Amino acid sequence: MKTVLNDFPILKVSENGTRLVYLDNAATTQKPVQVIEAINQYYYGENANPHRGVYELAMHATDAHEGARAVVAEFLHAEENEIVFTQNTTESLNLLAYSYGMHFVGEGDEIVIPVSEHHSNLVPWMRVAKEKGAKLVYLYLDENGRIPDSEIETKITERTKIVSFAHVSNVLGLETPVEKLVKKAHSVGAVAILDCAQSAPHLALDVKAMDVDFAALSGHKLYAPMGVGVLYGKKELLEKMPPFFSGGDMIGSVHEQSATWAEVPRKFEAGTRNVGGEVGLAAAIRYMQSIGMDELAAHEHELMRYAMDELSKLSFIDIYGEKSAEGRHGVISFNVKEVHPHDTATILDANGVAVRAGHHCAQPLMDYLHITACCRASFAVYNTKEDVDAFIAGLKNVRRCMGLGTE
Amino acid sequence: MELNELYNQIIVENSRATWNRHKVAGANVRLEGVNPSCGDDIFLEMRVENGIVEDAGFLGDGCAISQASTSMMVDLIKGKTVDEAKKLAATFLGMIKGEPETEEQLDTLEDAVALKGVSKMPARVKCAVLSWHTLEEGLDKHEKGEPMGNGGVTTE
Repeated sequence: MKTVLNDFPILKVSENGTRLVYLDNAATTQKPVQVIEAINQYYYGENANPHRGVYELAMHATDAHEGARAVVAEFLHAEENEIVFTQNTTESLNLLAYSYGMHFVGEGDEIVIPVSEHHSNLVPWMRVAKEKGAKLVYLYLDENGRIPDSEIETKITERTKIVSFAHVSNVLGLETPVEKLVKKAHSVGAVAILDCAQSAPHLALDVKAMDVDFAALSGHKLYAPMGVGVLYGKKELLEKMPPFFSGGDMIGSVHEQSATWAEVPRKFEAGTRNVGGEVGLAAAIRYMQSIGMDELAAHEHELMRYAMDELSKLSFIDIYGEKSAEGRHGVISFNVKEVHPHDTATILDANGVAVRAGHHCAQPLMDYLHITACCRASFAVYNTKEDVDAFIAGLKNVRRCMGLGTE
Repeated sequence: MELNELYNQIIVENSRATWNRHKVAGANVRLEGVNPSCGDDIFLEMRVENGIVEDAGFLGDGCAISQASTSMMVDLIKGKTVDEAKKLAATFLGMIKGEPETEEQLDTLEDAVALKGVSKMPARVKCAVLSWHTLEEGLDKHEKGEPMGNGGVTTE
């Protein structure tokens, strides 16, 4: 794949000849000029409140809003009326917790999630469980950070109403066995929810082939602006759920003491939407498709293999999760022995390399791994082998900087 | 700023210092300080009698900046009056905020002046100030006669 670095203004070489080595893509990606221009174009020439006016400009805005929905639907292999626009994955999952969980989970029921989940796919379910007298049940991981079949077989039972899991862990970067989890969930009559926040930027997704009941993703993690996300839901499920937010544009009709709801997906889209963001999301999806999802995945896999090879040569690095590039997407979490991750990240930053340090919104996983925090390097389509080299070179400085010898 | 200015010898050595890492016999001030976003977590204990910090120590876990800052703080406050300890905290927090401090004031911080460079690193300020905020809160609670161990300090 030829480099796409030139598409990303923030990654341009600066006047002093340096370029940001941005390896915090699992937190948020940088935006290509194609996305920035699409948003500009919307606000320069198409902005009005969709679904409201009868004048021509409002029609353009409605087309932008619904056109973006069509692009997302095609991207996920879903129907357009199964795509709800939200702010981000967190809002999508909260919508499910409140509009599905609070209504279809009862006392003694169980909600099953892996222990590696991001807080956004954990805390909402904890609240549902507490409120409804249900139990939050965890799937624990093996020593490689994978979910063993035995956990799936024994923890998902007739009591299970919801099985919710990340497609790719935001800490371990490992792909979850979607097929097994969905099959088991359906065999006991539970719904399967797929958090695609960390997979959508890297993998071609087909919600119908995976047969998940719901899926969630964030635009900003796949080159789109912040503030726009997606909830996919099977139509019959979305239809039986009550609204999450209520107000303008989500109603059929309103009287003093009663109201009816709009058809899905508008039932879940109260108030004026982030149409500029949706246009940016559509442009970002088109951008990824213009590269080709297979090309993009192959490029990132090559980088991952190179990074894992280089890291494995460093005796002072601990890597979390299976020490292999296979089935690992975009993310490597690690620590430098005897050095706190924040110090490692500060030293890498001084070397022009941006990585994340902290608990990555996954404290139960940190506890499970017996660490308080770790560093995370994560890749996107614009990263290069040179970026990995800069990262490795920076790591070699860390222990020396902390007075821990030459390596 | 240059890395060796931040991770200078005083900070690196104090971050691994063990002499202040202990519980305090007869402690009557005990408070936890946490940086929720990064996981720095310290438990500060003091025995305060007749307005004097007779002994202090800490346990916990965090980055070099937070651990060095805590250990140097414990070194400084032991044997000081509560008022002196509060004054030290005000001076330290002022230094990290980049407020003008006289040489004389800075001298009272002794080795902890080595953390002055953090004032130019916004991302690491919360690591440096965690223990000092915990100290202020702990001494306030002690003066008000509030039971120890309730609540905690967070820098966010």
